[in-house]
Amino acid sequence: MAAILSIRDLRKVYSGGFTALKGVSLDIEEGEILALLGPNGAGKTTLISTVCGITTATSGSVAVGGFDNVSHFRNARALIGLVPQEITLEPFTKVLDTVTFSRGLFGKPADPALVEEVLRKLSLWEKRDSRIMDLSGGMKRRVLIAKALAHEPRILFLDEPTAGVDVELRKDMWEIVRELKAGGVTIILTTHYIEEAEAIADRVGVITGGELLLVEEKEQLMARMGQKQLEVQLTAPVGVIPASLSQHNLQLVNGGGALLYTYDARAERTGITTLLNDVAQAGLVLADVQTRESSLEDIFVGLVSGGPASKGAAAGDAA
Amino acid sequence: MNWTAVATIYKAEMARFWRTFLQSFISPVLSTSLYFVVFGSAIGSRIQEVDGVEYGAFIVPGLVMLSVITQSISNASFGIYFPKFIGNIYEILSAPINFLEVVAGFVGAAATKSLFIGTVILCTASLFVDLSVQHPLAMVAFLVLTCLSFSLMGFIIGIWAGNFEQLQLVPLLVVTPLVFLGGSFYSISMLPPVWQAITLFNPVVYLVSGFRWAFFGQADVPVLLSLCAIGGFTLACMGVIWWIFKTGWRIRA
Repeated sequence: MAAILSIRDLRKVYSGGFTALKGVSLDIEEGEILALLGPNGAGKTTLISTVCGITTATSGSVAVGGFDNVSHFRNARALIGLVPQEITLEPFTKVLDTVTFSRGLFGKPADPALVEEVLRKLSLWEKRDSRIMDLSGGMKRRVLIAKALAHEPRILFLDEPTAGVDVELRKDMWEIVRELKAGGVTIILTTHYIEEAEAIADRVGVITGGELLLVEEKEQLMARMGQKQLEVQLTAPVGVIPASLSQHNLQLVNGGGALLYTYDARAERTGITTLLNDVAQAGLVLADVQTRESSLEDIFVGLVSGGPASKGAAAGDAA
Repeated sequence: MNWTAVATIYKAEMARFWRTFLQSFISPVLSTSLYFVVFGSAIGSRIQEVDGVEYGAFIVPGLVMLSVITQSISNASFGIYFPKFIGNIYEILSAPINFLEVVAGFVGAAATKSLFIGTVILCTASLFVDLSVQHPLAMVAFLVLTCLSFSLMGFIIGIWAGNFEQLQLVPLLVVTPLVFLGGSFYSISMLPPVWQAITLFNPVVYLVSGFRWAFFGQADVPVLLSLCAIGGFTLACMGVIWWIFKTGWRIRA
């Protein structure tokens, strides 16, 4: 599939001198859901704002559906819907009015039937004549989504859509995102919540300090998550791993006091039985056995802390 | 031009006007009526004619200008400052529209509101005094241009303002004194020669003078100069707004 959004070496230095984006390049394919994970201040919102035209890039380029977002901003922006992180709605307007406004602002002819459909999909139709100030926080968030959908975007940016949202609403949001994807909308969402990325994303990008550390298929990352480690503690330390155990790809840790075995917990055969048999046959005596799991969270934390272990952590062999 | 977007912004801004009807409409009408009662009737009855015009009628153009200028600035500055304050300006910045369309929507609505208010004040005034308009076309032109140019200025103030205090600062500290000292309630020929010269640096003098000429056929400064002044001011404001959107000053990081 062709990239619907193509970001090339995007840099953003704010007037205060702060570098929010340090040359981000990213291609997003039509119809996929990409989750951008990153800590606060990683540059997620700046990235979205720059693509949408709210902030201007210092250098680099953004093409939306093949249109440069500066020289052909009308074509480019018409394709994009943005749901901001903060609830930014005029308190005195009514739900139906503000959603209709968004459609008109993007130059689309009035289409009450479509607006109704959007509001119904977001369970807002009953609230259409309510003023924004009378809605709950969750409802306001839905209104923000409705506004973005009212002009039928091909790409939807959701900036932390579930921050501070209760579990039920979060599940609802995920359902809405899946439905949109089914309708062919490309979705880019930023989140702190790794479980959110796991639940709905096709690909996951990790961003920190203005740099995109990795972008990968979620399934591959999940495979890493599936990796577990077995630590076999020995009664007596050994200097080297016995040759008879070489086929198991072990690591010697704790000054030779333990063997570390990394395996795929989701595989049909984990190889644990064979390993333990071979350990016993090699004449080693087991003091204790421990397993631990490297989660996506570990991978994420390892990546964003930026230490030398980060690549290793990404490979799942250091917990 | 994305006319759908312009109309959308315009309608939304006008909707605010109707929503805050009391504040937007009745209060200027009431305060103008009070001016008439105090200046026109109470004090005005003791003042002779000014330039051959009854004082009550003489102050009408100045009063309309005062209200229209104040209203234009406050409507337009609030109109653009409010989305900045709330944060929903993101929608305008990310929409497929250019600065001309944004300005046309916001300033067009603000100018319409003040034009409406100006007209209502004129109607109110005609209840108090006998009004004749010698040059109706010029009157409309001055009124429309004033609404437009000061709405543009208000738009600039709204973008510049970082808080509600600053939003009030320019109207309060600059515009109100300029309007009061711009011959709204007197003919500048009544001033000592030195002040007559100094007053000519006040741009509002040209507006009030031109507008008054449209009513009574008498002006403090040549009417063409008045027209040039208001035209030049409109263009200058447009230039500043063009620069604001080009550089993103205070709106686009």
